[in-house]
Amino acid sequence: MDWFDNVKWLTDFPQIGRSSLRLMSRTIDQHYRAFSRAYGDDIEAFFRPLLDFLLWFEKLLINTPWWIVLAVIVAIVWIASRSAKITAGTLIALVLIGVFGMWEDTMRTLSIIVVCTALSIILGMPIGILMSRSNKVQAAINPILDVMQTMPSFVYLIPIVMLLGIGLIPGLIVVVIYAMPPIIRLTNLGIRLVDKEVLEAANAFGASSWQKLVHVQMPLALPTIMAGINQTIMMALAMVVVASLIGVRGLGQPVLQAITNQYFTQGLLNGLAIVAIAIVFDRASQSYGKRLQRHREAAHG
Amino acid sequence: MADEIAISIRDLYKIFGPNDKAHVDAVRRGMTKTELLAETQHVLGLKDINIDMPKGAIQVVMGLSGSGKSTLIRHINRLIEPTAGEIVIGEEDVLAMSDKRLRDFRRHTVSMVFQRFALLPHKTVIDNVSYGLNITGVPKPKQRETAAYWIDRVGLAGYEDNYPAQLSGGMQQRVGLARALATDAEILLMDEAFSALDPLIRMDMQQVLLDLQKELKKTIVFITHDLDEALRLGDRIAVLRDGEIVQQGTGQQIVLTPADDYISSFVKEVNRGRVIRVETVMTTPDEGPVVPEPGSVPVRRGTVIEEAAKKMSDKEVTRAHVIDPDTRQPIGLLTMRAIMAAMVMPLPADALTDEQIEALA
Repeated sequence: MDWFDNVKWLTDFPQIGRSSLRLMSRTIDQHYRAFSRAYGDDIEAFFRPLLDFLLWFEKLLINTPWWIVLAVIVAIVWIASRSAKITAGTLIALVLIGVFGMWEDTMRTLSIIVVCTALSIILGMPIGILMSRSNKVQAAINPILDVMQTMPSFVYLIPIVMLLGIGLIPGLIVVVIYAMPPIIRLTNLGIRLVDKEVLEAANAFGASSWQKLVHVQMPLALPTIMAGINQTIMMALAMVVVASLIGVRGLGQPVLQAITNQYFTQGLLNGLAIVAIAIVFDRASQSYGKRLQRHREAAHG
Repeated sequence: MADEIAISIRDLYKIFGPNDKAHVDAVRRGMTKTELLAETQHVLGLKDINIDMPKGAIQVVMGLSGSGKSTLIRHINRLIEPTAGEIVIGEEDVLAMSDKRLRDFRRHTVSMVFQRFALLPHKTVIDNVSYGLNITGVPKPKQRETAAYWIDRVGLAGYEDNYPAQLSGGMQQRVGLARALATDAEILLMDEAFSALDPLIRMDMQQVLLDLQKELKKTIVFITHDLDEALRLGDRIAVLRDGEIVQQGTGQQIVLTPADDYISSFVKEVNRGRVIRVETVMTTPDEGPVVPEPGSVPVRRGTVIEEAAKKMSDKEVTRAHVIDPDTRQPIGLLTMRAIMAAMVMPLPADALTDEQIEALA
């Protein structure tokens, strides 16, 4: 029926022609490739200091005798948590990791997680503070955060690898993109949730905006910000396996190997090591956050 | 009252809404709150407020919730921006201050006590009290010294290192009071400062404030919804309703000559014996000097009639004479009958002579 052919757009979605689509993809890809050829080296040079630091930190963890590293980690956990239970758990987990031959990989993972978390906090907190100060900034940044959190990481792996090749720095960028949103969101949220009356009091006494931020907003937002840091650490750990796809060594690589070769036990052991580190980080950072909030306990006396 | 004026509020208007300045003229021409809301979705907060607050005295602003009293007090240190009007403090219009000048003004000239204390929960009592000084950059040792002094003055010595959450409500508000006093500001704004406290604690805090005020002589603006509190504390009282001043005067004036039914209904339940003063109900002979009858007890001018009645019944007499505390001369006569009548009967405004109304001030 002629009439039916004429209204084909009613049954099939009217789409861009195949050739136009191909042309569009090819053009964008070409331009991006040209861009990465032109600026790739500069961008790499820009990240060079960071890479040097990462490598230095990784070497430090690996080359220092294991018992010193173990003692330092256990000491840090103790200082942060002041909990014998968490500290003992950390010790046992680390000893088991060592016994099962995953010490070096764990140190590599630990170093990239520490650096990624630090970087996320350094970049994320100021962004969160900016967002809390203006609804417009919040409205602009929120969708970007949504994209960062939901876009499959394999998708942004492509341009990053095209630009910087494989290695630690692209791995770091991928992890930071994925892990930074919680700290941004929760810094913003924490500051916005600060008691309006306390803020009003600060205003009434003539506090400047910097004084309000330092004396009132940040300290009162701290529990929420700590939750954000905790989430950031967890998400960074979740990206370890993905990062290993682009050459980040550590606990992710044996897992990847296990997937391709169907080594169930190897995969499980390395997976459990990641879980153990995650739990150590989580418990230590959470009880540290709780200790900072002791003043909230209402004990009359 | 010929007292010096500390805060002069002139033609103050506040309209809440995005386009408030555009509607102020309509309100000036007589648009009501309801009309404004219906036609423009703007809320009328304050309308044509004029108050002269005396220096060194307690000015109470009383009103029920929604009357605009908290809005009004926040204009004095400009926590809320006005729509129109001026507030003159020491020759300077607060509403015309630059941001920097305003910060300075808040740091040194005016301090505030809040209904729900608004203490910094993460700081100890002494750090809370020194907060205002910390902001101005006073050296640390001086901060601690001043803070410790005020903590002691409000009766919290020994609690310096406690956190606010560890204190009861009354104690927390003592911290709030000490924090406000520590900056040595001459004006103290108290926004329903005692409303969140139990009745007994509230009486306690009122006494603390009155005792401190005897010595400090600050200009205090005290917001409350409680008439008893207003009468107890206020040297002068302004009654606010729906964003407008309905009456201003001393406690006595308001109790004895309520301006309208709204205030009448307010003052109905008041213990008048604790408000009305002897000179208001005393009689003076038309001619000649005041001669007290034998057996009459002397009471000083300014005594409330409840106290005078107690004195008379203690002495088992029914007559008293009022003496001027300055000249020690009798200035009027008082009978138990007149006191009883004043205590139980709400006087209609026209029952008082003009001189008597004058004397209320």
